[in-house]
Amino acid sequence: MSSTVLLGLELAYWQQTAIRVLVGLTALLLLTGGVVYLYLFKFVSFMQSRLGPMEAGPFGSLQLLAEVGKWLQKEDIAPDRADKFIFGLAPAVVLASTFLMFVVIPAGPNAVIADLHTGIYFALAVSSLSVIGVLMAGWASANKYSLMGALRAGGQLIAYELPLILSVVGVVIMAGSLNLQDIVAAQANGAIFGWDGIGNPFILSQFVGFVIFMIAVQAELTQSPFDMPIAESELVAGYQVEYSGIKFLVYFIAEFATAVAFAAIASTLFLGGWDLPASWGIGDGAMHVIGPINISIKAVLLVGVVFWARFSLPRFREDQLQALAWKVLIPLSLANIVLTSIFKVAF
Amino acid sequence: MTGLVALLAQVGTEAQVDTTFDVPANVVFAVTAVFMIVAALRVVTTKNIVHAALWLIIVLGGVGVQYLLLQAEFVAVTQFLVYLGAIVVLILFGVMLTRAPLGVSTDLDNDLKPLGIGAGLVLAVVMGFALIQSFGADQLDFRAYDSALGLDDPQTAAAGRTGAVADGIFGQYLIPFEMISVLLLAALIGAIVLARRD
Repeated sequence: MSSTVLLGLELAYWQQTAIRVLVGLTALLLLTGGVVYLYLFKFVSFMQSRLGPMEAGPFGSLQLLAEVGKWLQKEDIAPDRADKFIFGLAPAVVLASTFLMFVVIPAGPNAVIADLHTGIYFALAVSSLSVIGVLMAGWASANKYSLMGALRAGGQLIAYELPLILSVVGVVIMAGSLNLQDIVAAQANGAIFGWDGIGNPFILSQFVGFVIFMIAVQAELTQSPFDMPIAESELVAGYQVEYSGIKFLVYFIAEFATAVAFAAIASTLFLGGWDLPASWGIGDGAMHVIGPINISIKAVLLVGVVFWARFSLPRFREDQLQALAWKVLIPLSLANIVLTSIFKVAF
Repeated sequence: MTGLVALLAQVGTEAQVDTTFDVPANVVFAVTAVFMIVAALRVVTTKNIVHAALWLIIVLGGVGVQYLLLQAEFVAVTQFLVYLGAIVVLILFGVMLTRAPLGVSTDLDNDLKPLGIGAGLVLAVVMGFALIQSFGADQLDFRAYDSALGLDDPQTAAAGRTGAVADGIFGQYLIPFEMISVLLLAALIGAIVLARRD
């Protein structure tokens, strides 16, 4: 990684790191807020033939700030018999797992917090840590609905972790690297049977992997139709039932920030990431500006797909949910890996 | 203790920094090691079985941090994914699915406690002695290691140590790797056979 950033300034390592983390956090919170307003407030409202929030700001655009203000001033209650320390630590574990995913997602030639060799592997590993926080929350709440919800979440996240990782292996074989910048470069510099007009986005050759990845993401986010862990008609709100005030707000932010993170990873793996096809001849200087915008648009559109499915489909039963993961998605992703390896060697 | 003295001496005389001695890495090692030892003791002394599993997270996560200090990025991430993301989660899942009361449990100790302490001490002494005897005088020199692998040249270091691990697994150690895969497959099928009712 070059120590020279956009303007040719020479910065010390800690200064670079501080800037990267600050810019990363700002982008993450802006995107998460935008996604919540765009989809949770407006998109679903129009799908249900209503207007959604209209009062706070033009077209209700400041509604999110009002909601955050409301949660911040609510009393922070913990049940009397709860394990208070674990109860308080659980939301932080979930949020930390989400923030760590953003560390490796590139948004430009230099715009990545840490360009790890094991990029995608690291992102998937830290995303699996959130289930520890969920189990901690369900147990420490001293509430049987919480515990049931946490156990359902645990079983579901373990089951869908496998197709999530296996569906990525196809892309890693195609690109020949775990590093996300290398995967982006492989798509920008690639060619489809010798034609390099749009590079070679892996969604074309890895469409099965893309579909499996998005289904597994839907389950990892516990969004409907995979929302058994927080099924409101049976479990009230699952592991979140005892949380209020700022701790509930943390779960809320983590849920939608994780959606943005997974969408950004999916657009990096399958849609070409921040880069435009190399044949278009756009230099690094312009890509410093175009790159972040490019990946943000792709990520927000993919979050839209997640929410579209969430608001359209009814909930799976627990056994159907497990059967889909173990009997359909995992065999399918294994077959995808075998076929990809054969084609990679053959061509 | 000598490590600490050497460390303080290093901080004092920055002019003559030994190429093989990395001060920040040693500070992080010491801090992580203290956390790990305290957490490991709490795993066996805590009065609540879920707390024991949660203390185990710090021990296993600390191992991952130590791998990172040895610049073994791939092994560290694997440690986080397998031990924290899967094994600890399965332990927590199993404990909560059966019996996980809040508060203090009185039935976690049994009569074999002195025997366990004895076995642990014997193991620590034997392994510590073996390690110090074998590697006590060795110094870890990442620069020498990297130049042996051709990783010190930015042009050839594209895949980094992760690439070196991959080359090792699918090149020189292919047969042992496949043997382990078959062994794990056998264990998997065995578990399914045992769990089936018919």
